[in-house]
Amino acid sequence: MGITVRDISKRFGDFVALEDVSVQAPTGSLTALLGPSGSGKSTLLRVIAGLEKQDDGEIFIFDEEKTRVPPQKRGVGFVFQHYAAFKHMTVFENVAFGLKIRKRKKVEIRHRVRELLELVQLDGFSERYPAQLSGGQRQRMALARALAVEPEVLLLDEPFGALDARVRQELRAWLRQLHEEIEVTTILVTHDQEEAMELADRIVLMNHGKIEQIGSPQDLYENPANEFVMGFIGPVNRLGDSYVRPHDIEIRLQEFGSSVEAMVDHLFYLGFEVRVELSLEDGQHLWAQVTREEASHLGLERGKTVHVHIHHSKAFGNSVADSLPKP
Amino acid sequence: MIARLTLRTLALGYLALLLAFPVGMVFVRTFEEGLGTALEAVTRPAALHALWLTLLVAAVAVVANTVFGVICAVVLVRHNFRGKALLNTLLDLPLAVSPVVVGLALLIVYGRTSLVGGWLAELGIRVVFSTPGIILATIFVSLPFVVREVVPVLREIGTEQEQAASTLGASAFQTFWLVTLPAIRAGVAYGVVLTMARAIGEFGAVSIISGKLSGRTETLTIYVEDSFQSFDLVGCYAASVVLALIAIATLLLTNLSKPREEY
Repeated sequence: MGITVRDISKRFGDFVALEDVSVQAPTGSLTALLGPSGSGKSTLLRVIAGLEKQDDGEIFIFDEEKTRVPPQKRGVGFVFQHYAAFKHMTVFENVAFGLKIRKRKKVEIRHRVRELLELVQLDGFSERYPAQLSGGQRQRMALARALAVEPEVLLLDEPFGALDARVRQELRAWLRQLHEEIEVTTILVTHDQEEAMELADRIVLMNHGKIEQIGSPQDLYENPANEFVMGFIGPVNRLGDSYVRPHDIEIRLQEFGSSVEAMVDHLFYLGFEVRVELSLEDGQHLWAQVTREEASHLGLERGKTVHVHIHHSKAFGNSVADSLPKP
Repeated sequence: MIARLTLRTLALGYLALLLAFPVGMVFVRTFEEGLGTALEAVTRPAALHALWLTLLVAAVAVVANTVFGVICAVVLVRHNFRGKALLNTLLDLPLAVSPVVVGLALLIVYGRTSLVGGWLAELGIRVVFSTPGIILATIFVSLPFVVREVVPVLREIGTEQEQAASTLGASAFQTFWLVTLPAIRAGVAYGVVLTMARAIGEFGAVSIISGKLSGRTETLTIYVEDSFQSFDLVGCYAASVVLALIAIATLLLTNLSKPREEY
């Protein structure tokens, strides 16, 4: 097992950041710690790195106990949201930092740094200073710097959080490719469910310092353990006590099966997908996701009366609906 | 347009009238009787000794207060402890207390009849009316500058770079030496300039603790006063010019040692 975290608790004064959290990240996997801000995901990552001291619990990296080992000796590579670039050093010096600390030979350092800069596509930038790089380039430099010392595990704390949407998308694809290439056990912290689903083999969904569910992206989407998971992973409508995905709502012009009447309030064209906002007879609101083709076929327009049928809906036992993000 | 011109004239006029003009007059008076006379005035043994003593005292004060100042700033910004507010207030004491009072206080503590002074005298160390006393007084009055310059810089750079260094294997000392210190060097440099300027210019505390012994415990500022009192105007102006030149040199040195491309 790459990383094992057992019963970790951490408080900041009165605030409970983590409560009895246990997680495992299999060797070579990419695990995402996903959750809203304040859910404890970053704290957990920092505890694994030794940057934050847990109040309770144990940490193992490749079955070696690291609970009380200082960050210098944990064998982790850490990438920060805001890069944490050494501003007074060139790109080369940044990447070489860990190797210099380990007193490697100059020739070896030069060779290794060149190799890494190629890997992160920054060859030719070695003499620049971080201030002369774009955000995306800085983060790739930070990744090369973390990888230089050949860490046993790689910890990424919202690595794309400070970048704009387009660069984020690019780096995401690039990171996935890189991970396939180097296969280092990785934990990624993110609040973006799409990012987690696109990158991770396993998602650990956290909320209020606790784990709500662990599973593959598909697993979490299809078999959410509770309302929180259902609402956080993918869009959702709430109807009474049950929850329904917008793509599980079928719209027709005529009555069919157990359909109910609804009125189209709004239509939003989002490229391939069309978002249809509806209100039911009893005053409840919901939105459905249809394709452009369906929308034009049905001749949907504002104020039109249609019939909707809900294919799958889910109801959960104990309600935590208060913590559900608004759609 | 007129408003901007007025503002500019006001700013420049203020500087010219209150700063440039008086300092310029000192230069004019110094060289009024020729370069030779001025040179003769500053190469007299008493003047040279005062210059040497001033540089020595300033150097010691700068080194001591830089080391202490950086440590103190790190403690203030990175540590949390009881009495932090007290330390913070104490640091400004040298700015608030008049140098004359500082001189008197040192005289009380280190004078021959006092406990500490008597004990030191038995060891053969003379503080009052001698160089150690002048150094102590100068350190006291120039103490806050490095701390006050470094604290905001340290706060601004945050802890992420330091944490990154530690995950890369750097020890606490390596992190400080290779990451923190280079990141705060602009603040340190400016603090050093201010400390230097304050140390060279100190008069009040030194005039009390030094006893103003010509050729022995006279710093440049004391020498200026001494020659003024004895109507040696050229000597007085020439020594003032030397003081001004040291200050200008310090400023230039800092500008030269500015970091390369960063922001």
